[in-house]
Amino acid sequence: MTEMTFAKAINAGLRRAMERDSKVVLMGEDIGKLGGVFRITDGLQKDFGAHRVIDTPLAESGIMGTAIGMAYRGYRPVIEIQFDGFVYPAFDQIVSQVAKLHFRTLGRVRMPITIRIPFGGGIGSPEHHSESPEAYFVHTAGLRVVSVSNPQDAFSMIQQAIACDDPVVFFEPKRRYHDKGDVDESAGLEGPAGLGMDTARVAAQGTDVTLVAYGPLVKTCLDAAVAASDEGVSVEVIDLRSLSPVDYPTLETSVRKTGRLVIAHEASQTAGLGAELAAAITERCFYYLEHAPVRVTGFDVPYPNSRLETHHLPDLDRILDGVDRALGRPNSLSGIEEGEE
Amino acid sequence: MRTEVSTYQMIAGDDGSPIQLLSPDGARHPHERYDRFLQDLDGENGKELLLKIYEDMVVARRIDAEGTALQRQGEVGLWPPFVGQEAAQIGSAYAIRPDDFIFPSYREIAVAYVRGVPLADLVRQWRGSANSGWDPYEFNMAPSQVVIGAQTLHAVGYGMGVLFDGAESAVITYFGDGATSQGDTNESMVFAASFQAPVVFFCQNNQWAISEPVGIQAHVPIALRAPGFGIPSVRVDGNDVLACLAAAREALERARSGNGPSFIEAVTYRMGPHTTADDPTRYRDANELEDWKERDPISRFEAFLTTRGILDDAGRARVAEKADSVGAALRDATIHMPDPAPEALFEHVYAGPQSILDRQRDHFGRYRAGIEAGAEGGQ
Ligand SMILES: Cc1ncc(C[n+]2csc(CCOP(=O)(O)OP(=O)(O)O)c2C)c(N)n1
Ligand SMILES: [Mg+2]
Repeated sequence: MTEMTFAKAINAGLRRAMERDSKVVLMGEDIGKLGGVFRITDGLQKDFGAHRVIDTPLAESGIMGTAIGMAYRGYRPVIEIQFDGFVYPAFDQIVSQVAKLHFRTLGRVRMPITIRIPFGGGIGSPEHHSESPEAYFVHTAGLRVVSVSNPQDAFSMIQQAIACDDPVVFFEPKRRYHDKGDVDESAGLEGPAGLGMDTARVAAQGTDVTLVAYGPLVKTCLDAAVAASDEGVSVEVIDLRSLSPVDYPTLETSVRKTGRLVIAHEASQTAGLGAELAAAITERCFYYLEHAPVRVTGFDVPYPNSRLETHHLPDLDRILDGVDRALGRPNSLSGIEEGEE
Repeated sequence: MRTEVSTYQMIAGDDGSPIQLLSPDGARHPHERYDRFLQDLDGENGKELLLKIYEDMVVARRIDAEGTALQRQGEVGLWPPFVGQEAAQIGSAYAIRPDDFIFPSYREIAVAYVRGVPLADLVRQWRGSANSGWDPYEFNMAPSQVVIGAQTLHAVGYGMGVLFDGAESAVITYFGDGATSQGDTNESMVFAASFQAPVVFFCQNNQWAISEPVGIQAHVPIALRAPGFGIPSVRVDGNDVLACLAAAREALERARSGNGPSFIEAVTYRMGPHTTADDPTRYRDANELEDWKERDPISRFEAFLTTRGILDDAGRARVAEKADSVGAALRDATIHMPDPAPEALFEHVYAGPQSILDRQRDHFGRYRAGIEAGAEGGQ
């Protein structure tokens, strides 16, 4: 075990993947000498050369589109989108092109491309630097979408994503980049717990409420579980890890036990991932549910300026309020007509 | 319909070098093409305007330094320094008429200053107090654009509107060398040429797009691209305020008089970091900065004005004083800027009421009231 930051863990995972397969190339803006604005690719250009760690022209559609061409030619590109808000110029190449190629060619063409996106807020940034665009990609057939919440998963799952023969959108919680954790670097592709990329993980055991999150909010939810236990409430926290496909068996097992589901994400509520999870769990576990699923999310507003972001982002208190709602305990919406919430 | 092939060429000095009216030592070179755009600066009458330009350059640099200092002190979240680009920004800004419209990137803080934008509005978004600074219609200047290249299309569309209205205004859009790689920027040139929109594309080639040298974006002078789109271009020394002013005046007049778009590449240098979050020592050679310091836009203009007897020590002191007072005012406006109320989260998302958002706002209000009651209850 080595203690390392989240950022360093991704860096180590990228290095491992590049050592394993000479067709793995990194592409993006400022990823070479600078090592990326978050230093995730620090030192890799120096060690692997400028033909494998490629500073591209400033054009996301160009990066994504040429990565597709390279994949046609047998490469395994890993592209870095500098910030969540800058993935949109590449949207057509992702949604209309890479997502569909395997399907269109009857499986003849594989697109083993990893699209790394630092996402989420909480770092006091200006516009377009704090967004959570995962739902667009989850909604798109042909893409796998994952998000990591801790250094070990970051290290293992980046390697799994790169080894995967489908395009994978890999969401990195930028506000957790400096968090430290133990990483078992000796673990193979399956990671120390033997978990595949498309499995969820029970991050904390509990019996009263199932609390589901991914990426940056997993830590907040774990903190909430500790706070809730002080009040005698036992919260089971599930780190979703894979947003598409969702590992429903793990979720179902938990919800059948607790009968209550709270979903937390930074992204806006309407048609967010929480909506899909709530619907699917209601379909699958209807007779086990003691309360309607509860969503604790960002509001349906454009990501606000930094001096307002703490109000927008679900924090410990808002998540605990959601737990109270699911338990029918006094909460911020108490007194509102039954069924209104 | 213009068919003259020569208008679609890049105008530049020898071997494509940038056109210079002032050399780094401040000597003024006559220029056949551009001198006529600077006639109002000649003689006694021109002195006042020249001094005003100088003052704005010095004040702008002071604003920039203050922005960086405020960031270091935690009063501002991020600041994108424009130090070194004062000539490109202020020279071009002086060519813009009040009825012209500006679509900037995020770095054109000096342009906004010349436009008369209040100091608080220059820092508002960088402090994180709002997502933009000023009222675009009050200053005929769009909010700063962070998404690289997006504003260039807005400029062309605005220009198409001007054209369809039969008006005689122009539009200018600012962007960097990096932005010239974006699809939007290239599409905007296609549209501008197709509709002969009255747009000036003003590219500040400051040699860097964060850590990437301009050579990653283009193997030829950036201005060379525009003629391929059917847009005449010029490559000017971006640290020469007179060259920038003359080129911008020529291009804006061309636009206003119905002769279509133009492209200006102002060759300059980003003397500071990309933003206050950046550390350029990781990727660029310190000698490069030293070389460009020799071509500093302000000292060059100052030398010119001094040689001409327009600027003396007293004048310099007066301008320095003005810069200090603007710097102090900027600081004052920033540190006293109130934070927006939490409910501002829900404002202005739509022009009218929206039921889902109204409900979320209501729940947010209840939630906050509960938290406050809890806090008062000594929790
Ligand atoms: C679409 C998009 N991609 C990436 C970024 C991140 N980014 C911000 S500024 C910048 C470099 C811009 O360089 P340039 O156009 O030369 O302008 P300069 O910063 O030098 O003024 C990059 C890559 C962004 N803001 N928008
Ligand atoms: Mg630049």
